[in-house]
Amino acid sequence: MNTLFDKIWDKHVVQQVVDGPTQLYIDRLYCHEVTSPQAFDGMRARGLKCFRPEKIYCMPDHNTPTHDQDKPISDPVSKKQVDTLRQNACEFGLTHYGMNSRDNGIIHVVGPEKGLSLPGMTIVCGDSHTSTHGAMGAVAFGIGTSEVEMVMASQCILQQKPKSMRISINGKLGRGVTAKDVALYLMAQLTTSGATGYFVEYAGDVVRSLSMEGRLTLCNLSIEMGARGGFIAPDETTFNYIKGREFAPKGEEWDKAVAYWRTLKSGSDAVFDKELVFDAIDIEPRITYGTNPGMGIGITETIPSEGDANFDKALSYMGFTAGQKLLGTKVDYVFLGACTNGRIEDFRAFASIVKGRKKADGITAWLVPGSWAVDGQIREEGLDKILEAAGFAIRQPGCSACLAMNDDKVPAGKLAVSTSNRNFEGRQGPGSRTILASPLVAAAAAVTGVITDPRELL
Amino acid sequence: MKQKFNIITSTCVPLPLENVDTDQIIPARFLKATTREEKFFGDNLFRDWRYNADGTPNAQFVLNNPDYSGCILVAGKNFGSGSSREHAAWAIAGYGFRVVISSFFADIHKNNELNNFVLPVQVSEDFLRELFESIKADPKVVVEVDLPRQTVTNMATNRSEHFDINGYKKHCLMNGLDDIDFLVQNRQKTEEWEHGSKLC
Repeated sequence: MNTLFDKIWDKHVVQQVVDGPTQLYIDRLYCHEVTSPQAFDGMRARGLKCFRPEKIYCMPDHNTPTHDQDKPISDPVSKKQVDTLRQNACEFGLTHYGMNSRDNGIIHVVGPEKGLSLPGMTIVCGDSHTSTHGAMGAVAFGIGTSEVEMVMASQCILQQKPKSMRISINGKLGRGVTAKDVALYLMAQLTTSGATGYFVEYAGDVVRSLSMEGRLTLCNLSIEMGARGGFIAPDETTFNYIKGREFAPKGEEWDKAVAYWRTLKSGSDAVFDKELVFDAIDIEPRITYGTNPGMGIGITETIPSEGDANFDKALSYMGFTAGQKLLGTKVDYVFLGACTNGRIEDFRAFASIVKGRKKADGITAWLVPGSWAVDGQIREEGLDKILEAAGFAIRQPGCSACLAMNDDKVPAGKLAVSTSNRNFEGRQGPGSRTILASPLVAAAAAVTGVITDPRELL
Repeated sequence: MKQKFNIITSTCVPLPLENVDTDQIIPARFLKATTREEKFFGDNLFRDWRYNADGTPNAQFVLNNPDYSGCILVAGKNFGSGSSREHAAWAIAGYGFRVVISSFFADIHKNNELNNFVLPVQVSEDFLRELFESIKADPKVVVEVDLPRQTVTNMATNRSEHFDINGYKKHCLMNGLDDIDFLVQNRQKTEEWEHGSKLC
């Protein structure tokens, strides 16, 4: 009780359904092209209009090609899905950041950077990585398409209140260890279902010292432990990030908002259903070896020597053997981007390794900013020059190789080191093999051609 | 879609794998449809396990084994993890499954099943293990899922277990109602709440 989660949740309860779920008010609904068309169809079939259209923002990201965005999308099915979102947004009177708009990007990158996702809000999207927005101090979670339709129709959703968990990470991260490594470490500790049924509050020295980009990465990956969402109590880092952004409160409203946001923290007497504490000293740069994000190891460690039938199936798919060390393993593809690691700090990290080095022969690298705003900042900071000098090209924003819905697919059998969020079978293309890692590990692989400890190159 | 639910008695299709994620239930490349084409999604249920790369059926996969049929899918723990795609629930419904039995479900997928009138039945690890053994011994084993009484029974062993579902959702399933009907009826309550709240 008296957790930050309780405070935000309870404030948004419209009613408690008898022997049923809570009717929860939603402050922000984001829609992308993949999980919204059937919801719009449902609204039409029921003859409904959106209840609060001004609280809904739409943008395509999954299908958008990461090159030649000024030309029509060549895949007609992708094109239709992207066009359908634009038509639906227009018909229902919703804000739409189309593919050729400088406002476009991955929904979970754009929301925070525009100041649309703010502390204390309830935020949903038909996308499991909606947990990302929890970094702003919001209760944010992924929903299905029927639930998207619920929110369109009523600005509310029916949900059972999840249990609460606090994960504290104390100490100080070592050199070359990032928010991504913290998340990969937590997943390996908790497994992919260890936080199912919970909403996670991240706390501790490590979390406090993370930048907003790092916090967004950490919260993004909450779902990979099974948690519906993860969030971080807002603090000066949060307020400094939000201030001046397009939709951030201004003037007097800003002062009022910050005064309220400062109250958004768990009480000292808060009781969580589960509390876990970890120490940064145990976390090194991490990689995954299997076919779910929980199957991970420290980069210098070996794959466990034995497991069950699920473990064997995963290793067989990946082409690895139990007890194998992965350092030195040949890599074919490197992907920097996605809602997990497509922000400016991720590009800075990648550039810090490749600066003065060259892309290794045989590596295909996709560097994909999470939004046009990130792209602009990359150029403003001159990172593009560093990357280009090392033989890398920057592509146009979108979800790219995270999930094989656009042109960026990893061919069957090829091994990719990817900063995305899932290493499921076929996730990056049928037969593709994925190792999840931080931008630093990805950069180290990109310049050496093999799995390399980035600390050797820093 | 809105099929009223009561008692279902059926043989089962066993999938004794854990952590079956929604990318396996329906790979992303099949998410490009802009309508709710359940047959299309059902035809591509477990696509990359069910078919070889050349498009021929993979004889090793359970959906291609004529010994197993029925409208109950029995799966290992943590079923439906990963992506929130409701297409996974549409694929399960489109294939003809009306019940999924597992010892643990991922949150979002569980809601998606319920919102598509597919009933997720969570049983104990021990019940699940025994059920897999019963099906292995005799693929024609029948399971009874009784929603009004909230019980699931393995007819081979006569072992029965209670399963949880909240009273509201049970009422919805048994009467073919959905949450959107409820929320639209409650719009006025929502407006009253909006007037009373001072959110930033």
